[in-house]
Amino acid sequence: MKLTIEKRLEMYRKMVTIRYFEEAVKHEEIMGHLCIGQEATHVGACMPLKHTDLITAYHRSHGHSIAKGAPLRGLMAELMGKTTGCCKGRGGTLHLIDKASGILATSAIVGGGIPLALGAGLSMDNRRTDHVSVCFFGDGASNQGTFHESINMAALWKLPVIFFCDNNRYSMSTSLKNAAGQTDVAMHARGYNIPGIIVDGQDVEAVYKVTYNAVQRARKGHGPTLIEAKTYRFEEHSMGMEVPMPYRSQDEIQRYKSFCDPIALYKTFLLSHFTDEKSLSKIEREEKKAINDAVNFSKKSDYPPLKSVSEHMHSDPLVELSFSREML
Amino acid sequence: MQNTQALMTYKEAITQAQKEEMERDQSVILIGEDLTLHGNTELIDTFDKKRLRSTPVSENSLTGMGVGAAMSGLRPIVDLTVASFVYLASDPIINQAAKQRYMTGGQTQVPIVFRIWMYYDDTGNGAQHTDRPYAMFMNSPGLKIIVPSTASDMKGLLKSAIRDNDPVLIFEDLKLWDDKELVFNDPNFLIPIGKADIKRPGSDLTLVSIGACLNIALSAAEKLDIEGISVEVIDPRTLVPMDRDAILSSIAKTGRLVIVENAHRTNGASAEIAAFVSDQGFHNLKAPIQRITTPDIHIPACAQLEKQLYPTEGDILRIIRGLIQKTGRF
Repeated sequence: MKLTIEKRLEMYRKMVTIRYFEEAVKHEEIMGHLCIGQEATHVGACMPLKHTDLITAYHRSHGHSIAKGAPLRGLMAELMGKTTGCCKGRGGTLHLIDKASGILATSAIVGGGIPLALGAGLSMDNRRTDHVSVCFFGDGASNQGTFHESINMAALWKLPVIFFCDNNRYSMSTSLKNAAGQTDVAMHARGYNIPGIIVDGQDVEAVYKVTYNAVQRARKGHGPTLIEAKTYRFEEHSMGMEVPMPYRSQDEIQRYKSFCDPIALYKTFLLSHFTDEKSLSKIEREEKKAINDAVNFSKKSDYPPLKSVSEHMHSDPLVELSFSREML
Repeated sequence: MQNTQALMTYKEAITQAQKEEMERDQSVILIGEDLTLHGNTELIDTFDKKRLRSTPVSENSLTGMGVGAAMSGLRPIVDLTVASFVYLASDPIINQAAKQRYMTGGQTQVPIVFRIWMYYDDTGNGAQHTDRPYAMFMNSPGLKIIVPSTASDMKGLLKSAIRDNDPVLIFEDLKLWDDKELVFNDPNFLIPIGKADIKRPGSDLTLVSIGACLNIALSAAEKLDIEGISVEVIDPRTLVPMDRDAILSSIAKTGRLVIVENAHRTNGASAEIAAFVSDQGFHNLKAPIQRITTPDIHIPACAQLEKQLYPTEGDILRIIRGLIQKTGRF
């Protein structure tokens, strides 16, 4: 639990990697759902996890995938639709899955990933492992039936599932105060008799501590926790999305960018207590280089050929062939 | 392989198949509502309670939970009970189970079975209990769909479904629950998914029968045989992937096709069969393809009215005799 200087620098590194990755996506004008501004939430939450712990996420999952340790080349190539992508060009921004890193699934169906995480918890409980399942979802998903049904079942059976709400206050253009009578998502925990914790999502160490405790609880068989990280996304819901009627003020966005940038905040904290500018600049340069490498690799990679389009429809290649015979 | 057989009902075959597979593989579990009520008491008595999860009324999430468990090391059987309830579960079936393997470029497998029961005949249960929606799921790529019609087919197919590494929907016909047949005892007795079965060979006409229509199809074929009309009854057993070659070979022999099913007419499985036969077997056809189905009308609760909506042996006899009369025997 104690945060060593190495762990702290690792968290800083990961946050910076996510930021540079997202900026590269913007620069290359690739279709994506960016998480700039939410880095501390994603990194702090994934830091206490092992690669055998599984996460599920949602349509905005670049940050979760990087925080969980997915290789950058595979992620960037996947966004570009290349055959070298982690999902061979079939998943894209909405499904950045790297199984080896413990990313189970992401769902473009809002709330669709929550029962999947519940199922992973069920599997861990059945197989008597000490692994945990962390379910990331947004404030929008907290109004889906699956949120309530899944927490109920996890609580009923004390499954090792952590329900982690990235509350960035908006579900596309709908603010949570216009969508829910209860705007503190963690308060729902009371209804299911489990602990509910609100944390400042821009403070990576606070997120780390709260998640660490929830993970230990789950590993010991004490059941689920609902965590709500209050965070904010600096960019639009998705790249290039048009907003005919502003749903949030430029003033608000600017205030968050100026005073609540999680990387800037952590940098200040680290410089004042733990390290120097030189060390952090080195990390920044290294990650910048890694992102550039990922972009160049992806640009040089090929698109998947048409004749491969039916691959991975089924476990049996002969069955795949029988389905595609009318097409080819 | 053990060659001994036992007389078993369709319902017993379901329990037996699940029991054998749960004994064989620790990762097979059963999830569903009211497990104690629905013929699973033998399983509840035999296996650890963690392998038999009776859930709250949460079809969407209990199904999604099964999918998530399948993606992370278990092989769940999800008992969704009444087919009309499957719509609540259709998002995790179609958007998750059917798509995760593909969307992840093959990193994930989803070895899951969804069991779904169909009521029909004179149930008196009304419209929200009497759907036969397999055709809707046929249109979603990535799923396998089986409709066993006999106890032996049920046992062999359900076992294959549980061992399959892809999501399989098994539509069970409650009308057949008490139908008995000799079934192999061998715990490795399997029927492959994707293989049709000629339940009765013939030469004048191909009658493709889906699910519980098998009984009326066979009894009609017997009567027609006496009249000198030789009907070949084919049971596809699997709707997706369908054994098209078996049906097309039969058409090449007979030149005539009638399809019978209890589901509603529009876009039914019979419509798909008619389409591919007219596409790939047209040169062999001597007569138009006929479908005998339930009309596109909701099933009323009045049992007397209800049972008149489903295909009968009389309907099959009438259609086939009419077809032969109009188009000639040769």
